[in-house]
Amino acid sequence: MKTYTNTGNKDTRSGFGAGLTELGQTNENVVALCADLIGSLKMDDFKKNHPERFFQVGIAEANMIGIAAGLTIGGKIPFTGTFANFSTGRVYDQIRQSVAYSDKNVKICASHAGLTLGEDGATHQILEDIGLMKMLPGMTVINTCDYNQTKAATIAIADHHGPVYLRFGRPSVPNFTPENQNFEIGKAIQLTEGNDVTILATGHLVWEALEAAKSLNEQGISAEVINIHTIKPLDDNAILASVKKTGCLVTAEEHNYLGGLGESVARVLSQHHPTPQEFVATQDTFGESGTPAQLMNKYGLNSEAIVNAVKKVVTRK
Amino acid sequence: MSDSKHLEELVIQVRRDILRMVHKVNSGHPGGSLGCTEFFVALYNKIMDRKKGFDMDGIGEDIFFLSNGHISPVFYSVLARAGYFPVKELSTFRLIDSRLQGHPTTHEGLPGVRVASGSLGQGMSVALGAAQAKKLNNDTHLVYSLHGDGELQEGQNWEAIMYASAKKVDNIISTIDLNGQQIDGATDDVLPMGNIKQKFEAFGWIVLEIKDGNNLDAIIKGMKEAKTKTGHGKPVCVLLHTIMGNGVDFMMHTHAWHGKAPNDEQLAVGLAQNAETIGDY
Repeated sequence: MKTYTNTGNKDTRSGFGAGLTELGQTNENVVALCADLIGSLKMDDFKKNHPERFFQVGIAEANMIGIAAGLTIGGKIPFTGTFANFSTGRVYDQIRQSVAYSDKNVKICASHAGLTLGEDGATHQILEDIGLMKMLPGMTVINTCDYNQTKAATIAIADHHGPVYLRFGRPSVPNFTPENQNFEIGKAIQLTEGNDVTILATGHLVWEALEAAKSLNEQGISAEVINIHTIKPLDDNAILASVKKTGCLVTAEEHNYLGGLGESVARVLSQHHPTPQEFVATQDTFGESGTPAQLMNKYGLNSEAIVNAVKKVVTRK
Repeated sequence: MSDSKHLEELVIQVRRDILRMVHKVNSGHPGGSLGCTEFFVALYNKIMDRKKGFDMDGIGEDIFFLSNGHISPVFYSVLARAGYFPVKELSTFRLIDSRLQGHPTTHEGLPGVRVASGSLGQGMSVALGAAQAKKLNNDTHLVYSLHGDGELQEGQNWEAIMYASAKKVDNIISTIDLNGQQIDGATDDVLPMGNIKQKFEAFGWIVLEIKDGNNLDAIIKGMKEAKTKTGHGKPVCVLLHTIMGNGVDFMMHTHAWHGKAPNDEQLAVGLAQNAETIGDY
């Protein structure tokens, strides 16, 4: 089984910051906006290097989204930065009307998504954002798994014309995908080859899926792990090809099972190839305060939970 | 024909367009549209420096954003009669497969529209972004926007109003249509907003008032003065005092025609009060 090496824990938001810094140097149309969270979003370098292209809007996210939409009129490529909760739920109608329906080339970049925001608790731990964003016509939804991939995705979305939701997080997590990788929107990445079960994971759950696959392999279950970094548009072909081989699957995400990756996958399967599926996701609940590891354990979002879901789903074939 | 005579004829024709558009589909918003007819005619024909044709980026020309998108009938009529799209297309207003949606949108590619509006309170933020893009592009042209007075009850406006002065966005002229009416009644009854002039001034804007917002000369004079106030480190606000339903007597001074179309008889009365000038679509 192919294995992956963690080259050192890093936070995905720093990958965003690094990507934005690079874009600042390579694309003069890229502008950045932040709602009083420059340090948290790692936008310091861009601000320092390009003060004229950086817009601190204060604690006013609705205004930030509108300004971003306006900046596209004149050819700019705005990247907005704030927490995932304030990037989506708080400004849903602004995104819907001024960005998505208006076909504006805005990149909504959201950190601190999900439970791994940790101690701040449920007010800030949005677990519904993927659902909110994927329902908007024309919106691309990306949830990256590590530092390197977040950096690559940040750079890639500048070249994609249209609104994008880029979701990443706060904690330091294993960095295991290639440095300077070419990020292809909508193209799933097969990480391990397997015959018994498919594991489709996104975001922080991708590393957990690899850990689960290792453990399953030792128990004689061969798992095919696929990194679904783009939830919309979903790579239907990659998913169908894998489940036709394995005959069952588990989806894993740091998100509510309603509205997340799992439901998107279930839709594809029910239309084209009905297949037993288990969902590793939060079960229609809010989060709470705690360390990221405690929370992921309590809400069943780790390698152990994936292993258990696999053991269940293989019996349903 | 003198220039002012032409503009007056255009105003009457636009009123006819508005009435006929909303009557045909028995829906739409004639009251606010009629109240802002003179403003739109003046803006597009005497105030804005516009390029021929339409491109989304609008670099090298003045651009306009309608925030209170429900007054789409007047916007569409003036856009069509300024040459952005065929006048006959006004007959498709609110019909299936039309580019003239109930509220303005870019989605169907209607020339002249740069952002969707209708859900209120979003237009000023967008206009500010476009104004800042102009600065980044070293484009000295201006951004204009229009907002309803009732619309100021939406909180996003105040985020934008605060931002504009803080960031010295001085290439924008935001006009507030002060007709004192909203769907449920007078703004002073629904949610009194106090002294709007003092509020904008307290937020660091230069504020001008056009007392007779249904008088072409007063609008042109006021907007030209507003232009002279741009470029001085502060955003510019114009308080445009208008009469809802202006030009059709039974629609004036009431919120009743905010979002209601005239029936056949009422249409006939309205059209009789505004005899055809340039030509119906």
